[in-house]
Amino acid sequence: MIRVVLPAHLRTLANIDGEVTLEVTGEVTQRSLLDALELEFPMLKGTLRDQVTQERRKFVRFFAQEEDLSHEPPDTELPDAVVSGAEPFIVIGAMAGG
Amino acid sequence: MSGVRVLVGTRKGAFILSADGKRTDWKIEGPYFGGWELYHVKASPVDPDRLYASQSTSWFGQLIQRSDDGGETWSPVGNEFRYAGVPGTHQWYDGTPHPWEFARVWHLEPSPADADTIFAGVEDAALFRSVDGGNEWNELPGLREHGSGPAWQPGAGGMCLHTIVLDPNDANRMFVAISAAGVFRTYDGGETWEPANRGLHSEGIPDEDAEVGHCVHRIAMHPSAPDVLYMQKHWDVMRTNDGADTWSEVSGNLPSDFGFPIDVHAHEPETIYVVPITSDSEHYPPEGKLRVYRSRTGGQEWEPLTKGLPQRDCYVNVLRDAMAVDSLDSCGVYFGTTGGQVYASADSGDSWEPLVRDLPAVLSVEVQTLS
Repeated sequence: MIRVVLPAHLRTLANIDGEVTLEVTGEVTQRSLLDALELEFPMLKGTLRDQVTQERRKFVRFFAQEEDLSHEPPDTELPDAVVSGAEPFIVIGAMAGG
Repeated sequence: MSGVRVLVGTRKGAFILSADGKRTDWKIEGPYFGGWELYHVKASPVDPDRLYASQSTSWFGQLIQRSDDGGETWSPVGNEFRYAGVPGTHQWYDGTPHPWEFARVWHLEPSPADADTIFAGVEDAALFRSVDGGNEWNELPGLREHGSGPAWQPGAGGMCLHTIVLDPNDANRMFVAISAAGVFRTYDGGETWEPANRGLHSEGIPDEDAEVGHCVHRIAMHPSAPDVLYMQKHWDVMRTNDGADTWSEVSGNLPSDFGFPIDVHAHEPETIYVVPITSDSEHYPPEGKLRVYRSRTGGQEWEPLTKGLPQRDCYVNVLRDAMAVDSLDSCGVYFGTTGGQVYASADSGDSWEPLVRDLPAVLSVEVQTLS
């Protein structure tokens, strides 16, 4: 199972406590992971990727194993540790505040 | 037992304020969608339990929420706002072409005839409609494509379609306002549109009497007089008696004719309200005195309404969608401020009281009159 950590705003929106676990069929990429996430939680459509362009929203970043995956092509396979569930795929909203 | 429900959108969530018909004891509920910007919350005139809310942030985009039980519970509905065809460009602040990009929904206007039909005014400016309770949205592209679209420019807040006025007596007739393009009208339910800005005069644009390019802040109509529209423009309060064929200025004796909201008394089509702001850069009341101005003559002659409002050291603003009226026998008037106060008058503006003082900055106020 793939583990996904969402920011607080989106956990509230999706009525989620803690991590999400997802079954992703086929190759595990950003695109297939986000497709599976949106299938499980339709209210998240448009919150991570633009509904029309399917591009990552500019204030949203993706991390795993302390590596920034935000700028990886969406069809690149995610790291083995994410695919195996050893490490979560982490969604972070850009920092706001002073 | 009659009652009222005040729907308040703020920078950090929505709130619902409710009271019985006496309007003395208020129940404050919220925040709903805490941490999100709620540009607008509005109820269906057909079904008082049907509420729609525009929820967004710059981080996570646009959501539309719907309640079918008067705000007790909410569910996200459709949030795909896809411009029809290839949307092309409008003008950027510096006059260069800029691609049309969806940013957010500024205003939701439910149909007066059908609870499942609702219009959405969006940034970058366009008009969308849903006929299935908000699940699916389709643009009415005749507005954006009528011809002047490539010349539209954003106002300081973005290029937003912020006002939608539906004629309750004629479903084919509607008006919209865009900053900073102006007023547009349709007589065929939104298929075709034309600018309706004759008589507007705006200093600071290259052609001060241009067909489009005026920064209209808000327009309002009384349902019994659909040919009379009132306008708060960037500067100037305006009026038309002929369905926006021509506009004329009715700023009269206002201390400043800059402002954002304008609204009409529920039972008196010639009684209107504005909240003057000092200037286009000083978005606070003149002299630090928060005054609603009322005209009982459809403009020109205005009286300040101050009882219960702060008359010193007040430097808040009242945004364009943050004023509304109820339709109880003694018309109630409501407005919210960027300082988080929501004020109400149960006597047509003669006296005011704060319903709540410390909300996040108020973006919108709408009122339901419940039977």
